[in-house]
Amino acid sequence: MKYVDEFRDGGLAQKLASAIRAEVDPARKYAFMEFCGGHTHAISRYGVTDLLPANVRMIHGPGCPVCVLPIGRIDMAIGLALARPDVIVCTYGDCLRVPASDGLSMLKAKARGADIRMVYSAADAVALAQANPTREVVFFAIGFETTTPPTALVIRQAEALGLNNFSVICNHVLTPSAIVTILESPEVREIGSVPLDGFIGPAHVSTIIGSRPYAFFAEEYRKPVVIAGFEPLDVMQAVRMLIRQVNEGRAEVENEFTRAVTEDGNLKAQALVSEVFELRRSFEWRGLREVPYSALRIRARFAAFDAEAKFDIAYRSVADNKACECGAILRGVKKPTDCRIFGTVCTPENPMGSCMVSSEGACAAHYNYGRFRDIPVVAA
Amino acid sequence: MGEVKKGYVRPLDLKHGRVDMGHGAGGRAMAQLIDEVFARAFANEWLGQGNDGAVLPAPAAGERLVMATDAHVVSPLFFPGGDIGCLSVHGTINDVAVMGARPLYLAASFILEEGFALAELVRIVESMAAAAREAGVPVVTGDTKVVEAGKGDGVFISTTGVGALPAGRDIGGANARAGDVVIVSGSIGDHGTAILSQRESLAFDTEIVSDTAALHGLIAHLLEMVPGIRVMRDPTRGGLATTLNEIAVQSGVGISLEEAAIPVHPQVEAACEFLGLDPLYVANEGKLVVICAAADADAAVLALRSHPLGAEAARIGEVIDDPNHFVQIRTGFGGRRMVDWLSGEQLPRIC
Amino acid sequence: MCLAIPARVVELLDGDNARIDLGGVKKEISLALVEDVVVGDYVIVHVGYALSRLDAEEAERTLALFAEAGIGGAGAGA
Repeated sequence: MKYVDEFRDGGLAQKLASAIRAEVDPARKYAFMEFCGGHTHAISRYGVTDLLPANVRMIHGPGCPVCVLPIGRIDMAIGLALARPDVIVCTYGDCLRVPASDGLSMLKAKARGADIRMVYSAADAVALAQANPTREVVFFAIGFETTTPPTALVIRQAEALGLNNFSVICNHVLTPSAIVTILESPEVREIGSVPLDGFIGPAHVSTIIGSRPYAFFAEEYRKPVVIAGFEPLDVMQAVRMLIRQVNEGRAEVENEFTRAVTEDGNLKAQALVSEVFELRRSFEWRGLREVPYSALRIRARFAAFDAEAKFDIAYRSVADNKACECGAILRGVKKPTDCRIFGTVCTPENPMGSCMVSSEGACAAHYNYGRFRDIPVVAA
Repeated sequence: MGEVKKGYVRPLDLKHGRVDMGHGAGGRAMAQLIDEVFARAFANEWLGQGNDGAVLPAPAAGERLVMATDAHVVSPLFFPGGDIGCLSVHGTINDVAVMGARPLYLAASFILEEGFALAELVRIVESMAAAAREAGVPVVTGDTKVVEAGKGDGVFISTTGVGALPAGRDIGGANARAGDVVIVSGSIGDHGTAILSQRESLAFDTEIVSDTAALHGLIAHLLEMVPGIRVMRDPTRGGLATTLNEIAVQSGVGISLEEAAIPVHPQVEAACEFLGLDPLYVANEGKLVVICAAADADAAVLALRSHPLGAEAARIGEVIDDPNHFVQIRTGFGGRRMVDWLSGEQLPRIC
Repeated sequence: MCLAIPARVVELLDGDNARIDLGGVKKEISLALVEDVVVGDYVIVHVGYALSRLDAEEAERTLALFAEAGIGGAGAGA
């Protein structure tokens, strides 16, 4: 696979590993947060940690839209599907297993007779509506800025097609707001509490929003940001660039993912999104609680496609398990193994909180790919 | 088709006809279905007798019996490289054969959904018959039931197989020892990918076909060249990863794999990339996992490779001491990670 | 987040759609979010939509950066 395999090459990995070893200052520690769940997954899946020196620590951030989706939002979809047999709820595969209230998940609700279906693309949801004119099709849309433009497109498409049986429950969230929340959290602002030396910026979110929005963090909070591509070599190169910035006392936005990210981003997609969506004043993020101006809702002009308005579904906040440490883990303050219920009560089969729910969450990634490091194993 | 038997007013309309509740009622309609579809395709001395059970010869002195059973509920029923019919024959033959036994006879039971097209049923049964003939393992007895429309996915097939295990042979999942070598007979993830390519909502075009195959010939060849094989299993649902985790727990060991050594067809890799799936967890239906002593490993790989079904066989790892029974892998990238049990169903990810 | 992969555009279709090829596997996706894409271009695909075009020159440049790493005193960051 061109432009994929080359960026996973083990030989180049060794070169980057030695370059990083040569550049780190052995007298200090480095802690970088990779914001994006896709990066968390890449780091775990390829074992990138093994190639980094011991004084470089990767902290897994909250950039997993499934992980930060509050239980209450999923309850909305499940409640609607169970109450209205004429409704088909469709969503991306990631959502289906997230445990919600009353021991239900969308998959379990499906087993109880709710018509809930998986789609690979937002376009499939519109196609479902066209194919089932007597049913109401509700698309449960999640995702950061990468996944938002397709939702905007299909709402416009539905309007153009004159569909009256298609609507969207919009859970789209914004990256910069989440980063600010982390930087504003008490533990991080306190000097010496959580040493967060810089960020690896999301790959595909940045293809849409461009590199410019990150300048704010670099300047305001004096933290370097390096936007990195998705492949493990990209991640290592970004770590190298961050280490160099830290050593040189710089706090700039740099772009490692130049093959896909420009300063402006995708203006066409951005315009489409602002046509269809507007900012919510506040939105609850699982683990981070209320975050201002961090999420989108459908504009009044497209109210006919807003399922929350159409079906008058109310949102009820649901608290996480008291022992759950996701909040602290998402902010980089604690590690999965610091959580009392990690691996015992809370497992991928029985996730108690957001970090275990999707394979991108810090806890799930560690459990699935990395927990063998917690226990000494006889080396192969 | 053949002459109409006495007692049936007219032959079944195999082109346009559909299964109805009468075909499962036990009366003339059911007898006709069995005669004109099943017995005609499977055509052997046992089915020809028309009894409730088949009388089979006892195994040779010293041999023990191995029995295995499997239900098949695959959807879609027809997929690139095969169908539910030949799948049900291959799957059960393989379950018997991986124990080191010679597969001898099959039983097949069908649950048909009211309304299922007879033309499709004939296609499936003929595919099963061809697979059984090619494998040299006859379907000697069977059963048919019909359920109301909406209560079955077209057809479900359950097959049971028996085989003969020679004296002194002990092959099973609990026999892996630290120091043993792990071998796979060919590329992984083909079957699951072929199935997924047919699911409408995921539509992608690929040349991947299911690897469904009866492996008893390959196994017999392997055991002849390397009689000391300790463990054999055919990884199906849940993929190679699931099978290795099962063996690790059964044997009380750990397993360490080398990602670069595991054969994966490039299109399987690409399709998995699209869907966010890991080929290690994608189903196979014609592959073998073999674990043997290190001293036997080279001979085992050679033996597999010298058979058409094992042409891409490769050493992929080794068995290690590990009280936690983890399966771990050194990625092509150079770092290590775990290959854990699959949690839930593998659903395509967006993230 | 965002599982997105680079794939080659092999055919332009009606209504802003295109057929892409990744490692021999072909799929139909939408080009509605990008502009001026021609056959032979590589695009980044996410949930059935192309998000951006991949700049082949930049890709080579990035790979070259990796390759010169570890050769005593690597070049400056991008």
